[in-house]
Amino acid sequence: MDFALTETQHLLQDTANRLVRERYGFEERKKILASPAGSSPELWASFAELGLLGIEIAERFGGSEGGFHDLAVVLDAFGRGLVAEPFVPTVVMGAGLISRAGSEAQKAAILPGVAAGTLKLALAYGERRSRYSLNHVETTAKADGDFYVIDGQKSVVLGGDAADQLIVSARTAGKATDPDGISLFLVERGAAGVAIRGYPTVDGTRAAEVTLTGVRVAKTALLGSEDQGLGLVDYAVDRGIAAMCNEALGVMAALNELTLEYLKTRVQFGRPIGKFQVLQHRMVDMEMALEQAKSMAILAAAHVKDGDPRSRAKAISAAKVQIGKSGQVVGRGAIQLHGGIGMTEEYIAAHFFKRLTAIEICFGDIDHHLARFARS
Amino acid sequence: MDLTYPDEAKSFADEVRAFVREKLPHAIRDKVMNGRELERDDNVAWQRILHARGWATPAWPAEYGGPGWTTLQRHMFAEILSEEGAPAFIPFGQEMLAPVLFAVGSREQQQHFLPRIATLEYWFCQGFSEPGAGSDLASLKTRAVLEGDQWVINGQKMWTSTAQNGTHIFLLARTDPAAPKPQMGISMFIFPLAVPGITVRPIITMDGEHHTNEVFFEDVRVPKDAIIGEPNKGWDYAKLLLGHERTTIARVGQSKRQLKRLKKIAGEEMVDGVPLLETPSFRDKVAALEIELMSLDLSVLRMIAGEGKNAPGNEANMVKIKGSEIQQRVTELLVEAVGPAALPYDRAAMHGAGSEDPIGPDYAGTLAASYFMTRVVTIYGGSNEIQRNILAKSLGL
Ligand SMILES: Cc1cc2nc3c(=O)[nH]c(=O)nc-3n(C[C@H](O)[C@H](O)[C@H](O)COP(=O)(O)OP(=O)(O)OC[C@H]3O[C@@H](n4cnc5c(N)ncnc54)[C@H](O)[C@@H]3O)c2cc1C
Repeated sequence: MDFALTETQHLLQDTANRLVRERYGFEERKKILASPAGSSPELWASFAELGLLGIEIAERFGGSEGGFHDLAVVLDAFGRGLVAEPFVPTVVMGAGLISRAGSEAQKAAILPGVAAGTLKLALAYGERRSRYSLNHVETTAKADGDFYVIDGQKSVVLGGDAADQLIVSARTAGKATDPDGISLFLVERGAAGVAIRGYPTVDGTRAAEVTLTGVRVAKTALLGSEDQGLGLVDYAVDRGIAAMCNEALGVMAALNELTLEYLKTRVQFGRPIGKFQVLQHRMVDMEMALEQAKSMAILAAAHVKDGDPRSRAKAISAAKVQIGKSGQVVGRGAIQLHGGIGMTEEYIAAHFFKRLTAIEICFGDIDHHLARFARS
Repeated sequence: MDLTYPDEAKSFADEVRAFVREKLPHAIRDKVMNGRELERDDNVAWQRILHARGWATPAWPAEYGGPGWTTLQRHMFAEILSEEGAPAFIPFGQEMLAPVLFAVGSREQQQHFLPRIATLEYWFCQGFSEPGAGSDLASLKTRAVLEGDQWVINGQKMWTSTAQNGTHIFLLARTDPAAPKPQMGISMFIFPLAVPGITVRPIITMDGEHHTNEVFFEDVRVPKDAIIGEPNKGWDYAKLLLGHERTTIARVGQSKRQLKRLKKIAGEEMVDGVPLLETPSFRDKVAALEIELMSLDLSVLRMIAGEGKNAPGNEANMVKIKGSEIQQRVTELLVEAVGPAALPYDRAAMHGAGSEDPIGPDYAGTLAASYFMTRVVTIYGGSNEIQRNILAKSLGL
């Protein structure tokens, strides 16, 4: 066993941390979130220049062909800085899925753009009535000569409003909840019949409702094989989970540091409040929650490419449960220990808490993953 | 032992319920039921409706214009109002300040302020906390100095909730910095917010809303008789006042209303073809919460029945802790109930009649914001750590 970071990982970590420190302060972030797009093209361009968008992408497509652990250190840094760019939807889920399931032509058409920062992706799999289940797909795709015609609505598509291309799950066969009969399609944002309603989520990141009305895509837009898309969605979502687990580590670490510092400096009753034992114990619980989460985030990263889907599911769901629980302990604890100041929009603690809340919800909450763990 | 309500209590409850159902404007009820923000006018309108019926100040003694109810009646009244979706009372004037005015206010103060508090013509705010004085309230620094026949006030208050809607403030300020203990040099004042030298600045909370404020005092001059009771006795009055805050903070009625809402939503949300409320894990969580709430409900009733027999202070601290924890738990489960639909931030959902074109189900748009905001209930009104400290002390520890 070796939990040490490689040289590359150290380098990536330093790069990402420096970028966040220098370019993404709290005030800067506030400005970016308040802009119409809610994200920063300049920052995204810097990600590309620094090679952060192509970490896992094959060298022949402009990437550096690294592993998921390399991504993980960047995500941790992004968590610390509360970076609200569509990195997970584009790089981790979108490009990861294309790399796994795309044809040579699809890879060549998409991956270089992702690595260069000129192409963003989003996975449109959730629907109003699907909750967390990936096989609940009411959107349909009907074959029509050399085309498919897609109709349906996709809900809370992370990064959906910034995406140049959507990867849409749609039913080519079977009933709304059948595991078989789901296919994935690449859909251009500007294609006729695509309507995207973007909005901020409660943590300041962005998502969209996507309505597809008679959208015609060529047969070559099919990603992977027809009717067999569920396994791919599952894979992409597991990647998203592993990514957010590692991002959550950064969020929790930064929030714990902030809270600890506050306990040492906030004075009430003539002493730093950190002298009160009940607060000390709660702080210690928050540190333990972070350590538990760290172990499981590492496990999740290690299993992302596990060839056995059940063993992958078990590891990823276990990590998601632990991160959810730890996020509650750290997030709620931090607000309580800060007192009133923790409640305000002007102070960063609340924003860490909100991000942890969103991460807990994204891709399935604690109950959902407890059940998946038990089933796997 | 008899756990049934007496007949007259039942007919009282029927009367109150019928009244609320008839008189509470639909638009207001709808906002409360769906967790949307109330406007100033909503609170005033409802207060006036209650006032016309003689029910605006249920806890006041009859001699000051209260309905002369028993504690049980008052409790039932508050519960029914909450359950039926009536706005909560703006507590500062009528629940906090009024008992102090009864006890130590001058006759002129009583005659001037009480009737206006009852109609909400005077909307009071609570000017206690400061940047450096939260849990340790006695360390407050705002100064009041008597110059001729005026008090001159300088300093800063923080977390002054509803000051953007308020007309008046009751304020704690230091009048004797040399007192042997900090508690002994504090006085309480009441005066209008619209006097020169006062600046109110909004504090936006993490739900994105404007509930509370910073208030700055720069050479603010108020008349000599703006003081309540005796100089340097403000701390005693504040304790009296905060005691009243803690008993109303259990919010059993509100939690009952929220629990009902939770069950309704969890009955509509489907998980793999089954209503969420029927999945074992969620059902059990709701049941556990309901049992906690039943226990609290009876504890509050026991506290009321035992009033005057035991020292009431202790139980009030306990129900504050439990009540606040339950309020938080309901909002946690509400967010859980709607799953990914809790994610979109739809500010319109918080206001007016709600979002015209909601992103997810109509009921989902306010839930995350309400979860975020409800973290405050274990912080204000004396944090739960402070409550437990008080309880531990009362156990002789
Ligand atoms: C939204 C909001 C509305 C408010 N409205 C009003 C209002 O209208 N008027 C008003 O006057 N005030 C108001 N308050 C202020 C509120 O009463 C204070 O926030 C509260 O008293 C806590 O003080 P603090 O925020 O300074 O936290 P601190 O006192 O600094 O506490 C920080 C942490 O330390 C803990 N702590 C402190 N002392 C001890 C101890 N001895 N032992 C163990 N733990 C301890 C606290 O429990 C908390 O967890 C409001 C606050 C908020 C957030």
